[in-house]
Parts: sequence; structure tokens; C-alpha cells
Amino acid sequence: MTETALTKATDEFGVVIEPTRGLAALQLRAVWQYRELLGFLVWRDVKVRYKQTALGVAWVVLQPLVNMLIFTLLFGVLLKVPSGGAPYPVFAFAALLPWNYFASSLNRASTSLIGSANLITKVYFPRLIVPLSGVLSGLVDFAVSFLLLGVLMLVYRLPLSWTMLWLPFFLLLAMVTALGFGLWLAALNVRFRDVNYLVPFLVQVWMYATPVIYGSTLIPERFRWLLALNPMTGVTEGFRWALLGSRLADAAAPGGLFYVSIGISLLVLISGMVFFRSTEKTFADVI
Amino acid sequence: MTVAIKVENLSKKYVIGAAQERQDTLRDWLVAAGRSLRRRPTAENEFWALRDVSFEVQRGEVVGVIGRNGAGKSTLLKILSRITEPTSGRAYINGRVGSLLEVGTGFHPELTGRENIFLNGAILGMRRTEIARKFDEIVAFAEIEKFLDTPVKRYSSGMYVRLAFAVAAHLEPEILLVDEVLAVGDAAFQKKCLGKMGDVAREGRTVLFVSHNMSAMQRLCQNAIFLQDGRLSSYDDVQKIADLYFGTKGYNTSVSFEPKPSLPIFLRKIEIVDCSTNLPTAGKIEISDGFFIRVTYEVTKKIKGVHTFLRIQASNGETVLSTGDCDVNPAKLLEDRIPGVYTALVKIPPYLLGTGDYSVTWSAGIPFQINYDVEWNVVNFRVLDSLSERGEFMHFRKPGYLGLNLEWQYVVG
Repeated sequence: MTETALTKATDEFGVVIEPTRGLAALQLRAVWQYRELLGFLVWRDVKVRYKQTALGVAWVVLQPLVNMLIFTLLFGVLLKVPSGGAPYPVFAFAALLPWNYFASSLNRASTSLIGSANLITKVYFPRLIVPLSGVLSGLVDFAVSFLLLGVLMLVYRLPLSWTMLWLPFFLLLAMVTALGFGLWLAALNVRFRDVNYLVPFLVQVWMYATPVIYGSTLIPERFRWLLALNPMTGVTEGFRWALLGSRLADAAAPGGLFYVSIGISLLVLISGMVFFRSTEKTFADVI
Repeated sequence: MTVAIKVENLSKKYVIGAAQERQDTLRDWLVAAGRSLRRRPTAENEFWALRDVSFEVQRGEVVGVIGRNGAGKSTLLKILSRITEPTSGRAYINGRVGSLLEVGTGFHPELTGRENIFLNGAILGMRRTEIARKFDEIVAFAEIEKFLDTPVKRYSSGMYVRLAFAVAAHLEPEILLVDEVLAVGDAAFQKKCLGKMGDVAREGRTVLFVSHNMSAMQRLCQNAIFLQDGRLSSYDDVQKIADLYFGTKGYNTSVSFEPKPSLPIFLRKIEIVDCSTNLPTAGKIEISDGFFIRVTYEVTKKIKGVHTFLRIQASNGETVLSTGDCDVNPAKLLEDRIPGVYTALVKIPPYLLGTGDYSVTWSAGIPFQINYDVEWNVVNFRVLDSLSERGEFMHFRKPGYLGLNLEWQYVVG
């Protein structure tokens, strides 16, 4: 076949199926083409989660609420963890909100491929959609508990502030972090079911390493850079700053260390996508 | 004509070790990795599911893919559906592909029929607007109007399958890849599905159709691909492929006879008929299918007390079963049989005969007095079990002439 005939042939054919060599392209355009399916998977996740539960969506509110009450009693009242002048319940809830979103999204994303094994072995679609839908479907729960936060802030008569406009940005950072780690774990989970045991443990340890029940000011200044290595520090501290900024005694707008957090989560996201894409071709064979 | 599918030297290798001793945990993997350092993967634990397969399918063609278990049919479809990657070679696909490797993929038991139609449609690659447009048609095809808002976990298995197939049947890709999905549902629904598939083919779409059901394939396809041990053994007219598939011996499932007007009763035609298509089978019958023996005979003068008989014999000559028209339904034929052409349909139920080769003998006469006409071992067929778990995965044949599955009642203690 001459060169021109070959190029003509590839023009003529819509899809070329061949073994991928080296690193696979990210295929973000394909994800976009399948956005309707993504929407349906998110919708299914949300719909199914509360079907045949007596309390339904109330669970979304109940869980962080009980967490907050326990934290307030234990750490706010008994241990007197400093909350920088803000009422401890709001202080704790402001961080619990993005943390719970992150933890449940990470958990869902990392088990998503295994849970969709029947789809993966029977239908083609960009596999990235599966963990992505796990991360997106958590947003509904987030929105519901966010309303609870609003109620809490009303109760404590906390004023609205312009810094709240930054909230979507911090939420996005939580999403990116959950997706990045979720992609790694989901792809590894196809091969090693150890991930199923690892994730709950990881989430537990991670929560204590993140300023959720305490503020970052509790950590001595010279160790604080260590916290910045954890992108979730940026998220929870960011939430507190945006919601309670003016109230916090040491209200520091996100600074240099925050950029480190962003950098790290982007790094995890990109490496996660590359890893995911290059192991994707064997998913259907080994799952 | 333009080419819709072009496959060039497509190969797919599986490493059997990885499949057999599953490395599900890190520990298993470390052990396996340590082992493989010492022992490189050899040809022994490699398995070529497909090897150097090349073919072309023109636009608008309906091509069947047939082969025995493990011949690579499903692997081929999985590669063309982009579910798994080939090890080498390439395939070009020109047009929007819809693949049906299973019906009801992604159905969620907790969701209602209505919700599952949209979900499943999206999974199969339909746009939301497209599903909405065909929604009523899908519901009507599935015959589940009343249960639209019931969670599908409360559906009977028949309803579930009908709904699943209805969604799939309304997929309108330019190229349709279908795997064995017709092996579901009751006979009436299967017939409806075959009809729908035929429509798809007539609309000028390209179809690649993998099935064990040779008679369905012969009805739907012009050409067929025969895969043997991962290699393309032949790509030809479907009739030739059918002959090839059934081996050189072949099975006679339809035999006609010249009239013998000197006899008061004589055989005109005898056939082994597929239950769902009402056509002669190709000779291989799934144990789960059941079939008819259709007998046409002529009576030339009024006769009294005549029975017609069928005798089924195994390949070693042992008679497995005899049946006569006096068995269950005498229909007063025993008294007076007036001249005319009679057609009798005898149903052999599924799982009556065990797997193996059989032949049929027909005779007519008055017991203990006279035999008017007899045709020994005129038609023959094979009963096989390739669809059940036993046949498909365990590759063992249950010996015996009877295929009945019996109930085992246990007392454990």
C-alpha cells in the first residue's frame, strides 16, 4: 500500500482499533462525547443510594450532624480544642462538610470500577466516566448538608461575607483531590482487591492528618509545611476561612502553602489519569 | 459498496496463568511476580484466543460468526466493540457502532422500568432525545405498559428480558455487533426478536451476528465466518459454512418420498423441525430447545385400525423411544382413515433426549397384522448441550439417552 492510499484509508474509517503502545492519550474529548452517560450514571448513583431506605435523604444530614455533635462534645467542650474564636460546632462543621464529601467520593471512586464490572466487560465507553461519576454524585449530598450549615450559621447569627464566593473553588480542589487519588485507587483495585481494605483505613488516618477537628494553628509553626503537603488541608482551612474568616483570631487568607496543596492535587490528578488510561486496556480482561 | 468493517491480522493473547490463579491481592501478585522472575512466560501458559484473523464486511451486509466454544467468537466481538484491546493487528470500523454482548447491561434492580429504559439506552450509546422519541415504541415492544413504574427487581424474568431486549432492539447504529442475545426469552419472544433483527438487516445496516443458532443465522445472514481455534477457517456463503460447521457427515433433517400409489398409506415427507422457526433444523439441536418431528403421509383408500409410528434410535441402534398416534390422541383416526394428505406434528420436549446422535424411523400398519410402509432411519440429528453451564464451562457430556434434569432432595445430617 502506498503512503497516500494508507492515509486515505485512515481518513475513510471512523475508528481504528489497534494495540496502544506507550502512554495512552487522555481522551478527554471522548469523555465529553459521553457526557450524557456520565449524567445518567450520576443520576443512577444518587437515585439508588436512598431507594428503599426509610429515612432517605435524611441520612445525608444526620451523619455529619451526629459527627459534629460528638466532635463538639469531645473536642469543643471536654478537650477545649481552640477554634480561633468561632463557635466550635460551626468551626467543626465547616471542615466536616468538605471532608465528608472528599471521603465518600474517594471511597466511591476507588470501588467504582469493581462495582461496574458488568458494564466494563460488556460495553465500550471511556472508563474515566466511572470514577468521575462517583466523585460527581457526592455533590448532591454535599449540597444537602450545605443547607444544614446555612441553618447552623443562622442559629449562631454569623454574617455572610464576600470570602464565601471562594467556596466553589475550595470545593473544586476537594473534587480534584478525590478524583486524582480515586483514579489511582480505582485502577489498582481492578488488579488488587487490597484497595477495598486500604481505603477505609486510609480515610481514617487521613482525617486525623487534616485539620478537621482542630485548626491548623494547633500545629507548631515549623511543622505546618507538613500539613500543606496534604491537599485536604488547603480545602478544610479554605472552607473555614471563607465561611468564618472575619471571626477567626488568626484569620490568614490562603497563602504560599496553599499553592503547594493545589500543585500536589493537580499532580496526583494528572498522574492518576495517565496511570488509569494506560491500565485501562486490561480492565475488561482482569476485572 | 463501501467497507464497514475491515479486520487485518487481528490477534489476541491471554496469559492463562493470570486467569487461572487469580492475583487478586497484592500478596498473590508478589508471589507470582517472584515466580515469574525465575520462569519467563512460556508458550504453555499463553492462549491465543484469536490469531491472524482478517476479513472485510461491506456496508449493508449481515455476516454471521460461528464456531465452537472457545473458537474466539466472543473475543472478536469484544475487540470490535472496543471492550478489550487486540494484542496485535488492527481493525477499522466505518460508522456508528452499537454492540449487544448481552441484553440488559447496566439494568439496576432498584430502578423502575421507565428509569432503566433511559439508563440502559444511554449505556448502549443512545442520546437522551433519541430514547425519549422511541420510548413508547420500546414500551409497546416489551409489553410492560402496566409495570413501567415498578422497580425491575419485581419483574418476572420474562418481563425483564423483554424490556432489556426492547431497548436494545431500538438501538439504531450503522453497524450492529450482536452476541447470542437471542438465546433468551420464550419461543414467541425469540421469534419476535428474530423478526426485529431481520428488519434491521433489511434497513441496510451492517450486522455482525455471533450465534450458536445455525437456523437463525441461515435466515438472517448471507455470509458467515467460521472460526476454529482462534483462526478464520472459512468466510463464505452461509449455506456452505453451515455444511462445514456440521462436518462432512452432515445431518438429514428433511426427506421427501415419491408417491407409492399402490399402497393404502405411504410416507411423503418427514422433517426435524425447529420449534421457534417452524423450519427444518440444520441437524444440531440444543438440549434446552426441544423440536418437532413433522410427518406427512398420504392415505389412498379408506383404511381401518391403522397406526403410524415413530421410533427414535441412538447411533448404536438401541431404540430409545417409540411413539404412535394412538399414544395420547387417537382422534378417531384408528377407526376410519379417509383418503387424503395428513400432517402430524410430534413434539419432542426439551431435555427428553440426552446429548448424542439419533435417527428416526417411520412406519404405518395394523399392529400384529400388517406393515404397510416403513422407512428406516430416514432423518437424523444431534442433540447437544453447548449453552448450559455444564456444556459451556465444564466440557463434559452427561452420558445416557435421557436428558431429563432430576430433582435431588437432600437430607443432611
